[in-house]
Parts: sequence; C-alpha cells; structure tokens
Amino acid sequence: MITRTRQIEMKILPVISAAVMVGAAGLIGLIAALPAVAGLLSALIDANVPEALRPAVARGLGVAAVVGFLSLFPIFAIWFERKVAAHTQDRLGPMRVGWHGVLQSFADGIKLLFKEDIVPKQGDQILFRLAPYLVVAGTFAAFAVLPWGDGLVVSDLNIGVLYVVAIGSLNTIGILMAGWASNNKYSLFGGMRSAAQLVSYEIPTILTLLVVIVQVGSLNLQDIVLAQQGGLFHWFIFRMFPVNLIAFVVFFICGLAETNRTPFDLPEAESELVAGFHTEYSGMRFAFFFLAEYGAMFLVSGLAVVLFLGGWQGVLSSPPVPGTLLFFAKTMFLVFVQMWLRWTLPRLRVDQLMAMCWKYLIPIAFALLIVAGFLSLPS
Amino acid sequence: MSTTVKQQLWSEDVPSFREEDLTGDEMILQMGPQHPSTHGVLRVELLTDGEVVKQARPHIGYLHRNFEKHAENVDYPGVIPFADRMDYVGSMANSLTYALTIEKLMGIRVNERVNTIRILVAELQRIASHLLSVGTYGIDIGAFTPFLHCFRDREMVLDLFEWLCGARLLYNFNWIGGVSHDLPEGWVDKCRYFVDQFGHTVDEVDDLLSFNKIFTKRTATVGIIPPELAVSYAISGPNLRGSGIKWDIRKEEPYCGYEKYDFEVPIGTAEHGPIGSCWDRYYVRILEMRESCKIIRQALDRLPEGDVHEHLPKRVKPPQGEAYLRTETPRGELAYYVVSDGSLIPFRVKGRSPCFVHMSLFHEIARGEMIADVVAIIGSLDIVLGEIDR
Repeated sequence: MITRTRQIEMKILPVISAAVMVGAAGLIGLIAALPAVAGLLSALIDANVPEALRPAVARGLGVAAVVGFLSLFPIFAIWFERKVAAHTQDRLGPMRVGWHGVLQSFADGIKLLFKEDIVPKQGDQILFRLAPYLVVAGTFAAFAVLPWGDGLVVSDLNIGVLYVVAIGSLNTIGILMAGWASNNKYSLFGGMRSAAQLVSYEIPTILTLLVVIVQVGSLNLQDIVLAQQGGLFHWFIFRMFPVNLIAFVVFFICGLAETNRTPFDLPEAESELVAGFHTEYSGMRFAFFFLAEYGAMFLVSGLAVVLFLGGWQGVLSSPPVPGTLLFFAKTMFLVFVQMWLRWTLPRLRVDQLMAMCWKYLIPIAFALLIVAGFLSLPS
Repeated sequence: MSTTVKQQLWSEDVPSFREEDLTGDEMILQMGPQHPSTHGVLRVELLTDGEVVKQARPHIGYLHRNFEKHAENVDYPGVIPFADRMDYVGSMANSLTYALTIEKLMGIRVNERVNTIRILVAELQRIASHLLSVGTYGIDIGAFTPFLHCFRDREMVLDLFEWLCGARLLYNFNWIGGVSHDLPEGWVDKCRYFVDQFGHTVDEVDDLLSFNKIFTKRTATVGIIPPELAVSYAISGPNLRGSGIKWDIRKEEPYCGYEKYDFEVPIGTAEHGPIGSCWDRYYVRILEMRESCKIIRQALDRLPEGDVHEHLPKRVKPPQGEAYLRTETPRGELAYYVVSDGSLIPFRVKGRSPCFVHMSLFHEIARGEMIADVVAIIGSLDIVLGEIDR
C-alpha cells in the first residue's frame, strides 16, 4: 500500500528533478555565456550606478557569483562522486530521489540542516564553532583569483598564485583547530596528521608552481593562461617535454594531499581515526567541512588546469566553444580523476606519506625547477 | 570457593593502563568497542607515543553469550543453532564440527552423499568467509572498492545457501547424522556456474588490491609472526600457514572424506617482505579460495546418490563418554570437546575457538607498530568476536 506522503512524493519528485535538470542545463548555459552576462552586467552597472560605487558593486557581484557557485557545486559534486563510486563498485548508487538520484544531495542537505547541533561540553567552545568557517573561508577566498575566462575573474591580482597558496593555508589552521577543540583523541590525531601533511606538501606544490612561473615571468593567473595561447601544444603540460609533464603530475599528487583525498586521506582515515578531525561535528558544521572539501577539489583541479592545461584556452587556437565552458569541462575532468583515484587506491601510512613527500616529491620538484630555470633563461 | 579466588576469576584479567603511569608524550587511546575497524565489539587499549603504539591490550567479552552454559541446558540437537552463532560468518563450519563430534561420540557413520554435501557447503562457506575477510581488509587499508566486489560474490554463495536451507547467515543445516535438506533440483548447475565465474572475481581482487603497490607497502612489513612464535602460541588456519608452516587439519586428520580430494595447502610466500607478515596471511586466504573452488568442482563431479536423512538417530542419546574432534574452519582449527553422562542433554560442551587463540598473540605483534598498523594487524588476523567471546 502506498501511503499518502509517498503518493505526494511520487507526484512532486519528477517535477522537482525536471526543474533541477533544467536548472543545471541553465547553469551550464550560464557558464558558457558568462562573458556575455558579465558584459551585460557591467553595462547595467555603468548605466545605473554612480561612478564612485562601480568597483565596489562589481566586486560584490563577483563575490556573490563565487559564493553562489560554491554553494551549488558541492551539491552536484557529492551526487557525482556517489555515482562515480557506485559505478566503480558495480552498483547503482542513489536512484530513488529524483532522476537517477540527482536530488539526493538536496535531501541530505535538508537532513543535515535539521540535525541537532552538538558541541562537546569539554571542548573549546569558541574554536569548535570557528573552525568550520575558517576552513570554508580559506577555500572560498581562493576562488577570487581563479580565471574563468578572458578577463573573467573576481579580482585580477598580480600576485594571484601567491595569494592562492597563502589563503589556501587557512584550511590547515581550521582543521588543526577542529581537531584540538573537539577534545577527542581521534580528532586530535586527525588534526595533527593534517597539519603535518599540509605543511609538508605545500613545499613541492609551491616548487612546481614556480616551474610554471619561471616560464611565464608573472604571478598573475590571467597572464599564465594568456601565455598558453595558440592551441593544444602551447599548453604548459606539452611544453619543454618532459619537465612540465612531470611537474603537472607532482602538482596533482600534492593537490590530492592538500585536499585530503585518497590515497592521502589520513586526517579523516575512517578505518583508523573513525572520522578524523570532524568526528565530533554534526549537522551544518559537518556540512561546512564537506562544502570546503568539494570546493577545494574544484580549486586544486582548476589551478592545475590554469597552470598546465591551458585554462580557458581551447585545443584549437580559436575554439568554437566558449572559454568558460572549456575551463569548466577540463576542471570537471580532473575532479573526476580525483574521484576515480579515491575509489581505486588504498591509503598510505603516515610515515610513508612523509617519506613520499620529502624523499621523492621535493627533490623531483627542485630538479624540475632548476631545469626549467635554466631552459627559460633568455639566451 | 573463597571470595578472593572468586574475585580473581571474575575481575578483569587484563589490567587497564593508568593515566598516572604515563610518561612524556604517552597517551592512552581506547580503540573500540565502537570503532569501525575492530571487526566487532573488540576493545583495544593502546599506549601510544605520537603515532607509535608502545603497548596494546585487547579487552574481550563484549559479545559473551554464554554458549557453553547454554549447551549444558538444551538437548544435543538444540546446541547446533548455538554453534552456528559462534562464528557467525562461518556458521556451516561450526555446526559441522559440532555434528561430527556428536557423531563420533555416538559412533554414527553417515553415507557418502551427506559427506559430499557437507564438504560442498563447508568449502562454499570458506569462500564466503574469506571474501568477507579479504574485502574488509581492503577497507581497513583504505580501499573501499574491493569490498563491494567481494560482497557481490559472497551474495551468490548466500543465495545458494538460502536456496538450500532457507537461511542466509545462520543455517542450522548440519544435523547430527545428516543434513537438514537434500540439494534442490538445479542447485548443482547453479553452484557449478558460481565456481566457474568466481575465478574472475579473485583475479579482480588481485588486480585491485593484492599487488597494489600501496597495499603491499602497507601490509608486507608489519605484523610479522615468525614461525616459532606462531607455533608457540598455537596459531592455526591461514594465520599459521601465512607464517610458512604447512598445517591443515583437512590434510593431517581428514574428516568427511577430505583425503579423497586433490587440493594444495597454500602457505605464505614472503614475496614482498619477511615471512608471516599481514600480506602473507592475506594472500594465503586468496589462494585458499582458489583451492576451495577446486574442491567444490571435484565434489560436484562425484556427488553420489543417497538419502541425506538415512542415518538420523530417532533420539540423540549418546552413551557415557567424551569426544574431541577438530576441523579446519575458515578461521583455523575449531574443536569441540563434548562430555556425555548418558542423558539427553550434554554434560559439558567446550569449544576451542581459533580466533581466541589468535587474539592472545595480538599484543606481541602490535607492540612498536603504528596506529594504522594495529588496524592492519587486527584485519589480517581475521577475528570474529562471536567466536572469541562465545
């Protein structure tokens, strides 16, 4: 017998999932048409806003766009990850809520919203509450310099790369804070592991960033993309073979480590540390860590695309599709690779993780930097 | 019994670590009883210094269900469901051991069909149990995917069991003097189909997990049980064979006619590290699944005709006396010691469970390893708390 609520559900769900599909299609369309939309918006601002306020309004709109994207992206990414996981594991994954379960993340999000917010009595009250916001803020703020298209960037900083690396480190403090404030030994272990891991892996990350920077001569992410103009073989990954290719691999491995993804998910190693630094978190605070994780996945992939895969440049020198869509597609592919790796590989141990960083990645990155430096000397 | 002796018997035999004894950076970490990877309600108390475990003390008893006392209060066939519930992922092997013990006590000799069916279900159960062990071991190391590949095939074994006797986990299938149901029509073909396609699953697990560089690095150098240590602690089953000692009750003291089957006893190869490592124990299980397939094929080929209820006694009333019999279950050497006073209910039933013995060795091999390795060691010992606590 079908109950009344189930009947309502069956009537409403197709409608909502259709709406979501249309919304997703619209979003992709919006991404594709982002330059046009931005142009329209700037024309509107020019016409209606007094001149003194124009930069502030434009920035505000940019921030709103980033925050809006980052609130919606994890909802999609979580569904996508569950589907990737399911199909790797010979099962179907979420299928009930909406078409092929596309609404599952909404349902989970609503559940998390309504969950009781538990703060450990013995824990550090302020730090415990502060930690999720720091982690999210670190990830969100880094998006400000990510170039989506030609001239499409919230803040065109001339020290973009440095800014991303610096603000990305806020994550570490947030996770360490969460681990300490939870007053739980497992959380503490998770926080400590995370701090050690992120601090170590930051070094090869920066060194591989420098490999690209010495070739471009600029820290501006837009400049880096513009330097790769002219089709597939002008992307940095194919230049100066194999220096940049190895640099890309090293950067991507470090990216996995910095976002705490398998095989480097030690801070939240389920089988060892229960849930690591977010063991004691529930409800929306937990959801914030989740948001930050998926945001960071996109950020790292986006950065790899900007640095090595041509950013919004196409395979041809004048691509028929909008650059924003190309950037999004390339980034999503790398996000998919991250998920693929996560559901295939086992986890490293703490000492092996450190050995990998200090014994292999850092020397390799240094060698690459030296070679790249010599090769890009003006002759 | 004086109070002091009573207190000694009932007080916790393993003392806990005390906060005031700690020095320097030491910390006490309670792993379990609610922990995702202690394989049940095991509590391991770790004395850690950073990530290094200085000492580990397992505390058992959270799943104690009074098996042996229960057995003294029900009739002989009534013990079989209790025996099923000892090692709840290897029920067939448990009830088989108990049934064989009572048959030895009563002098019942079952016909060939019963023997063959028993070997069939015992080996299918071995495959199901090893699949669970291998899959969850993957999770312990951080690889989630092999687990579901293993469970997909374990489901097929459970489906076969369900078809055979109606239950998927606790079967009550091996009765004293026979089995509860004869093989249904078409079962043999389905079983043959399962065995034929099963090799691919094992290959898949090999690809995904066994020879994965990260996996071998994580497991091949930790949890070393040298052969001498294994023997001195009376380890058995895949854990003993992982240490390179060829000892299998199916070969040494054959029961159910195992001597007529052609199969190998795989031992640890020390391929990636010292002998007796977690990887060796893990890989012995993988090889054993392949051997079990061999045995099942032979059993299906030679399945004789007969009545599975032919030798069921009307009343199970063994003569006064005692019997001890051991078999090779998926986890190792399981034995029952049954004393009969000539009445309808057993005077004493003692189970010698392999996991309990394996757990007694745990503190030796966990000392000095890292926290992540403790998880790897527990997983490689393949313990089932239902059997440890009984």
